[in-house]
Order: sequence, then structure tokens, then C-alpha cells
Amino acid sequence: MNKVSKDNFTQEKYKYGFVTEIESEKIPKGLNEDVIKLISKKKNEPDWMLDWRLSAFKRLENMSVPKWAKAEIDEIDFQDLYYYSSPKDFKEKPKSLDEVDPKLLETYEKLGIPLKEQKVLAGVAVDAVFDSVSVATTFKEKLNEIGVIFCPISEAIQKHPELVKKYIGSVIPVTDHFYATLNSAVFSDGSFVYIPKGVKCPMELSTYFRINASETGQFERTLIIADVGSYVSYLEGCTAPMRDENQLHAANVELVALDDAEIKYSTVQNWYPGDENGKGGIYNFVTKRGLCKGKNSKISWTQIETGSAITWKYPSCILRGDNSIGEFYSVAITNNYQQADTGTKMIHLGKNTKSRIISKGISAGKSSNTYRGLVSFHKKAKNAKNFTQCDSLLVGSECKANTIPLTENSSNSSSIEHEATTSKISDEQLFYCMQRGLDAEEAQSLIVNGFCKEVLQKLPMEFAVEAQKLVSISLEGSVG
Amino acid sequence: MLEIKNLNVSVEEKQILKNLNLNIGKGEVHAIMGPNGSGKSTIAHTLAGKPNYNVDSGEVNLNGEDLLSKDPYERSLNGLFLAFQYPIELPGVTNASYLKQIVNAHRKSRKETPIDAGEFLKILKEKSKLLDIPMDMHSRFVNAGFSGGEKKKNEVLQMDLLNPSLIIMDETDSGLDVDALKTTADAINKLRNDERSFIIITHYLRLLEYIEPDYVHVFQNGSVIDTGDKTLASRIDQEGYS
Repeated sequence: MNKVSKDNFTQEKYKYGFVTEIESEKIPKGLNEDVIKLISKKKNEPDWMLDWRLSAFKRLENMSVPKWAKAEIDEIDFQDLYYYSSPKDFKEKPKSLDEVDPKLLETYEKLGIPLKEQKVLAGVAVDAVFDSVSVATTFKEKLNEIGVIFCPISEAIQKHPELVKKYIGSVIPVTDHFYATLNSAVFSDGSFVYIPKGVKCPMELSTYFRINASETGQFERTLIIADVGSYVSYLEGCTAPMRDENQLHAANVELVALDDAEIKYSTVQNWYPGDENGKGGIYNFVTKRGLCKGKNSKISWTQIETGSAITWKYPSCILRGDNSIGEFYSVAITNNYQQADTGTKMIHLGKNTKSRIISKGISAGKSSNTYRGLVSFHKKAKNAKNFTQCDSLLVGSECKANTIPLTENSSNSSSIEHEATTSKISDEQLFYCMQRGLDAEEAQSLIVNGFCKEVLQKLPMEFAVEAQKLVSISLEGSVG
Repeated sequence: MLEIKNLNVSVEEKQILKNLNLNIGKGEVHAIMGPNGSGKSTIAHTLAGKPNYNVDSGEVNLNGEDLLSKDPYERSLNGLFLAFQYPIELPGVTNASYLKQIVNAHRKSRKETPIDAGEFLKILKEKSKLLDIPMDMHSRFVNAGFSGGEKKKNEVLQMDLLNPSLIIMDETDSGLDVDALKTTADAINKLRNDERSFIIITHYLRLLEYIEPDYVHVFQNGSVIDTGDKTLASRIDQEGYS
């Protein structure tokens, strides 16, 4: 591609890389019982919650960091991290937006997430999490009128202990694996959603996670419960400042869908990916799991993964209820030195359960992009069905793409269909588009967006356009 | 408007065009005929700036400006349109959004605002009708699963939308049945005017019976061996190239 693309395209800077100059209050570095007690105290938690955290911490002492991911990870010194950081004097969550520090409002405004209700996106309620605390939640009262609970998890622990107690750790047990257990011990904030029986949530619910403080890990915890016959669509977005250090984000997200309920969970992950030489960036080690507990329930994961130095996540579905459905739609883009090892697990336990996996991996630069998935049919999963499609697109010749689909089948009436393709953006396609007046970057972004279309159109409308732009920006500088 | 002077072009170290000279005036239609491997498609690709078509020496001016130093997209924005012999498929990209995007790229280069969706739809309907293109073709992915005829018509549609000053057609007639050929030729004839020039590359007389050229050039071994009016095309059709 000598002639076409010899121009040096200047790479657009990571747009969200700024730091908010705000005084923060951190608890001392390190991981020990005192730190956990302090976090629990800061959150004003009841004893049962603290006990739960401490039991997780006990487990953690005998666990080690998993090493099997197809990623080169610098060793993390867990004693050299801050586990809790909040804006100074943030004793209690402000009751109204008028009480929120203007600097914080400005931050979210800059990120494109205005929190003032007259300015917010119509039809989208937002919970804004800044480092370890939720700073504002919009449309809370309006949702409350129909019985929908949408609040920070720290608030839910105090106001709705019966729900939290019942469901927290019911999908991701405290014993799960190192990072999930670490999260159970030190989690700070995240969102809590409860949709009552028969209610179709009339708004998109969303949480915007922002890391601001340095040397600080973010340990979000989100719990979403859809009661019988209810429906909710939830979206999360994430960004962080540009820094030379690697920062850890280890989240746990649990979803529970009861009989005839449906949860649609979308992620637009745009954590700072590091610079073009691979310095800095977020380590995004996340555990996301949904339980289709009731019959005819449905959980659908859609993820657009463009950021982070390392992404390591497998949003999964446990299909326990008969006739339940699990879906996973993913676009993972890696550029420069980014590494992504992502995919899903579909665990079929109930009869007539169905799952569908569509994964689109795009690798550019010197990056590495792996799809890793497991489809498992248990003995009782009669007539279970899975369809898996994994497509990889390579941009340039120095990147890597891997597909590791595993299956376990103990049911003799089930079926698995698997398709996988690997392609390169062809010079012919680029030339064709350029002959019609698109420059090299526009041509590439058109082709890549076409490649991801099936997944992008699963996003809520309000975010699909943004996601398309993000896909193009993530690949900037990779032509030629 | 187009001057080609002593042009030498090689592809993968093999010289294809040898000392080619060609002048095309405003509003003229030139046909290029010649046997396989004579360099017909090479001239089309070279003018459009396809990678790996290396210009060893020579000069090309389009509307008084040096063409060869420009990127392919700049050549398009400057009014050069190449209708592909084998139009390329773009999976996942709907034809309508693709057409709108290329129209907007040209508008942007003229410092115009992006076209309004309603206005675009109106124009698209009008121009599709001329070519007998059903509107549902535009909700399919660009050229993916299109028949040979649909692909060629889609090329002519783009040509019409982008308003080029020089149109190069690389065997646009291949893959068209008689009816489609006639519809396509009619649409192309409507695009003829005093300002717009054409280079029509073809093996066959039949397209030239619908679109009458002002000049016919015969290519052999990478250069023009004969030039005449449209009667030359009929002679070649009867007697062959030798």
C-alpha cells in the first residue's frame, strides 16, 4: 500500500485523558483487614457486609493471580495500591445536584455525560461513579415512582439489605477466582438495579465509571435483578486519564433474571489504552456473569471494547431456567500494543436453552486479540442449542488474532454450530472506496464499521452512533 | 482536458504501458479497444492511482494539473471516476449509507454542508429509476451478492451521483444482458455533455453501438497502434485486431 497511505496520519489523542484537579481523600495504601474495615466504615456498612468482605479476604490469602490469559501482564504489587479514593469532604452523597462539586459536574460534562436533568439525554438515567464513590444519580425519583430501584450499591446495602443480601455473590461466589474475590473484599461503588415484577423499565439505565486518582485501583460492583416478567436495558461507559502507570480496574457484575425477565447489558469500554509505545493504560480484569434463574428468561451482553492496555473479561450466562436464552455480542478492537483476551461462557443447565455468540475482533498495530469461549451443555440440558460466530479482522501485518472456542457436551440432544473467519482489509476494498473520494482513514473506518455492524446495531440507539465513532478513532494511525 | 505524454507503467517489474500518448478534449468520448493483455485496464488503473501500478516515466495532466502526484481520493475529488470491471464488495456497509458517504466526501471537498437525508433520498430515487434499480437494493450491502448487472448499474449510479468530469469505464458492458446494456447505455448517454469526457474500455462493438464514440483507439502491447472514428470499431469487430 505504498502510494495510497504513505501519509503519516497524526493519531488523535485519547480524548478523555484529562485529570480533574480535585483534592482526593485516600485511605492508606495496602491490602489488609484494616483497609477492608476502613472501606466498610467509610461506606457506613452494616456488620453482615463487613463480615462478607472479610470472608472473601480470608479466601484471597490462599489464592494466586491467574496466569493463563494470552497476555503479558506486568506483576502487580497489591500492597502498593490505593483501594479507596474519593473527592475530599465527600462524607455523604450529595442529596441534589446543587450540592455536587462543580468540578465534578464539569468533568462529566467534558466526558459528554451532562448530569443536570434539563441537559441529560432524554430517556437515559445515569449513575456517575468517580473513583470509589457515586457522585450523582439522575432520574432516581422518577424511576422510584414505578418501583424501579436504581442507586449506588453502597446506598442499596443500607436501604435494601434484604435484596443485596439475597443476591450478592449468588452469581459470582466469593470463592470464584483471584480478581473476583479481591473485588468482593475491597469493592467500593457501582450500581444497584432492581426491576419489580412485570415492570418494563421505561428508560435506559446507565453507569459512567471514571478513574481519576493515580495509583488507585477501581473495584466496581454492580448488581442487577430483574424480577418476574420485567425488562431492563442497562449501559456502562468507562474512561480514565492518560498516565504512564498501569492502573487496575477489577469489577464484578452480577445479573439475575427471574421467570420471563430480560436483561440487556451493554458496555462501551474506553479506558485509557496506553500510548503508541505501550506505556501506561488500564488493566481491565473484569468478571461479569448473568444467571438466567427463571424459565423463559433472557440475558444479553453487548460489549464494545476499545480501550485498556489489557482487557480480560468473559461476560457469561448461566442458563438454569428452562427455555432461557443467553446472548453475547462483542466487538473488541486492539491497536498499538494493546492486548485483549475476551469472550464468553454459556453454561446450559436447563431444557431448551439457547445461546448465541457473535464476536468480532479487530487487531491493528502490534496488538494481540484473542477470543476465548466456552459452551457447555450439562446432562439435563435437553435440546439445548448454541450458535457461535467468531470473525477476526487484521489491519496490517504485525498484529495477532487468536480464536479459542471450547465446548463441553454431556447432553446428547443438543446442537452446536460454530463459524469462524479471519480476514484482512483488502487493498482492493480500500482502493475502491478511495476511488470514490474517501481518504484512507475514512475508507478503513467504513469497512471496519461494516465488519462490526451486526454487533453495533445491538446497542441502544442513543449510543450506537457514538460507538461507531469510537470504532473509527480507535484505529486511527493504523492505516499503512 | 486529459493529456497523457510518453507514459511508461510497470506492474510487478513487468512493463505494461510503453510510451503511451493520448489527448482527450472536453466533452469527447474515446473508446479504447484491444486484445487481452494489451494494457487497456492498466491505463484505467494507472489514471485512478491504484497501488502497485508504478509509473516509470511520463506525464499526465487532468484539467491542467499534474495527476500522478495525487492520492486516489484526491483524483476522485478532482473529477476522475473509474467504473470498475469487477466492483468490490463491502460486507456490512449498506449501499444507501455508502452512497451518501461518498456524496458527502465530494460535498465536503467543495466546502458544502453534508446533504440532508430527505434530499438525498429524493435524488437517489430519481437516479435509481433511470437505471431501473429497485430501491430495496440500497438496503443491501454494497455489491455483496449483487448480480453482474446490478453491480454495473450501481457503478453507473455512483458515476451519476458524483458528477465527474472524466469518466473511465473499464469493460462496463461485460456481464450485462441486452436489456441491462440498453438501460445502462441510455443512462450513460444522459450523462454526456460538453464538459464531460469519457474513456470507454471495451472488447465489443455492442456497447459502442449505443454510446457512439468520437474516437476509437486500438491498443496493442501497451501503446496505441491505430486511431480512427467509430467506423474503426466496426472494422475491428468484423476483421479482428490483426
